[in-house]
Amino acid sequence: MANIVLRDIRHSYLPNPTRNEDWALKRLTIDWADGGAYALLGPSGCGKTTLLNLISGLLKPTEGRIFFDGRDITDTSPEARNIAQVFQFPVVYDTMTVYDNLAFPLRNRGIDKQQVDERVREVAAMLELETTLDERASGLTADGKQKISLGRGLVRSDVNVIMFDEPLTVIDPHLKWVLRSKLKELHQRTRRTMIYVTHDQTEALTFADQVVVMNNGEIVQTGTPIELFERPSHTFVGHFIGSPGMNVLPCEVKGGKALFAGQPVDSLNASACRGEDGKLELGVRPEFVSFVEDGIPVRVVNVLDAGRYRIVEIDHAGHRIKMRIPEELSIPEGAAHVRFAPDRTQIYRDGWVVT
Amino acid sequence: MSLELNKVTKRVGAEVHIHETSLILEEGSFNTLLGPTLSGKTTMMQLMAGLDRPTSGEIRFRGQDVTGVPVQKRNISMVYQQFINYPNFNVYDNIASPLRVAGMTGREIDERVMRVAELLRLKPMLKRRPSELSGGQQQRTAIARALVKDSDIILLDEPLANLDYKLREELRDELPRFFAERTRIVVYATTEPTEALLFRGNTATLHAGRVTQFGETGEIYHRPADLITARVSSDPPINTAQVSKHGNEVHIGQIRLPVYGGARNLPDGSYIIGIRPHHITPLARNAGAATIEGKVLIAELSGSESAIHFDLNGETWVSQSPGIHPFEVGSIATLYVDMNHTLYFDLDDRRVEGSE
Repeated sequence: MANIVLRDIRHSYLPNPTRNEDWALKRLTIDWADGGAYALLGPSGCGKTTLLNLISGLLKPTEGRIFFDGRDITDTSPEARNIAQVFQFPVVYDTMTVYDNLAFPLRNRGIDKQQVDERVREVAAMLELETTLDERASGLTADGKQKISLGRGLVRSDVNVIMFDEPLTVIDPHLKWVLRSKLKELHQRTRRTMIYVTHDQTEALTFADQVVVMNNGEIVQTGTPIELFERPSHTFVGHFIGSPGMNVLPCEVKGGKALFAGQPVDSLNASACRGEDGKLELGVRPEFVSFVEDGIPVRVVNVLDAGRYRIVEIDHAGHRIKMRIPEELSIPEGAAHVRFAPDRTQIYRDGWVVT
Repeated sequence: MSLELNKVTKRVGAEVHIHETSLILEEGSFNTLLGPTLSGKTTMMQLMAGLDRPTSGEIRFRGQDVTGVPVQKRNISMVYQQFINYPNFNVYDNIASPLRVAGMTGREIDERVMRVAELLRLKPMLKRRPSELSGGQQQRTAIARALVKDSDIILLDEPLANLDYKLREELRDELPRFFAERTRIVVYATTEPTEALLFRGNTATLHAGRVTQFGETGEIYHRPADLITARVSSDPPINTAQVSKHGNEVHIGQIRLPVYGGARNLPDGSYIIGIRPHHITPLARNAGAATIEGKVLIAELSGSESAIHFDLNGETWVSQSPGIHPFEVGSIATLYVDMNHTLYFDLDDRRVEGSE
């Protein structure tokens, strides 16, 4: 396993990139520790797959260098980089047994029979595939096949990094729960460097210790799931992470106090807000808006019941705000008052949090 | 005035794809077919649309027998998981195509296209080709085409499955609004319980080619007829255990939990209980909470919620609650179960009436 460093990487699919939008990846630097669990999270077209392909060597960066454990591998072939990869669609040899599928990457490297057997059985046990080892892979269900793909990614002990490219996208919700927690468990047991690429916030946030949020070829924020949820440094992160995303409302700041549509609102950082320039906005997540006796007057517009919680849409002076209310709390009808949790309310200038 | 499936079955060779099913979908209703992959959702839709013939039984629409009437002769629209648009047509012409096929003329086409384009927020991109659109815009174009011709029935087969998570969330929010104004029947297939719940309307839960329950979506979630329906309609998966009831307690191995509500009146004996993950939390919140201890398998902290997977008497259970609750793997977690929301099933997996 290796420490992975990407230094001043830029990438363009065009021969002569000149304009800013010509770059699929704008300048970025990343330092990933050996044994960590990392996620690249962002919408389609944000550059996360480009970044993955640069690490695996399928693409060579237009600019910048890549290091594994301090060794410059920018010009090294994909095979020589010693990486295991798991893809969105399971890659399984249908005619082979589960055992042979798992053994394949090891036999390919001429590892002796006894060692192959040990590794295959160890990985099969972790993935609860022991009872199916002698079965043909073709008979397995979709999640069974994806387990084999995961197993093949894990079976080699000599790889520098294991990369997962949307591995659970085609899996049904129930099985996703099982495989997702399995993967996290495997990371905690093996402590391999793992990079997980996804557009699904739940997968990224539950799997990774550190999540890199990307948009338009740039890193918008890197942080722990808790940091990204509680302190989004950009309104994009606030919107993209969380379900529903963060409420972003127009505001003004006067004498270190934030005002939303004329209503005073306590926040974490309004006192740091100086100068008149730029667009000021207030961000507060639906989880941190609550009904109170005395606060911002609102009207309840719509209630959607998701079973374990409800999404309540409220209106204040023409501004729509979403709240996420747990099952056991009651929801007033018509006119009501709400409060934004002051330690979870932040002011943003032109999208970036005011510091 | 409705679409009626009367004792419909579908067999392919020796395999039963759809077991005998009778359903009535009312005019103007939104109906979700909820079930895992290969549970029969797509087959069911093909039968409803006339893309496929049932092996036995009949399909009636507005009182008329339409069994075996092909889709071309019926006024039906379909939207698939893969966005299907004409690549050489711009968005406008893609939306207009069913109207042109129906022989409609210039001005009427224009009025209708503009109306759905407005509804689906496609007005700024009417001149673009599908390849110049995002996935969400492409799927909105396909939905617009399905809406534009005033079909009697619109069938949507996992239309959001190929979209990014965030786009899915946005379209999920908007979809019911697109269908609200008309009297047509909407059928929507999904694997995701949350989608069914947020759409409200009616839900048919499917499992292995069988409709396990059909009714108002909230009713299915809160009062599932059987254990399979409870499983199909729960995300995260519902926790289950076989218990023996002794008076006002149930026993799971050495674990003893109190019984509340109507369930107290059940005769002593063996049952299966179902407890949804959000009714187990690391914080004692409710009066009906009972304490359990479980060995932590893994704790997933997403920033907003904590999912604690733990071993309870040999079963893997999950607790899911708002907030940040870290637990070490292998440690013993003390958790609180809200016993007021426990579902009771008999050993044939039927939910026991009067147990809530």
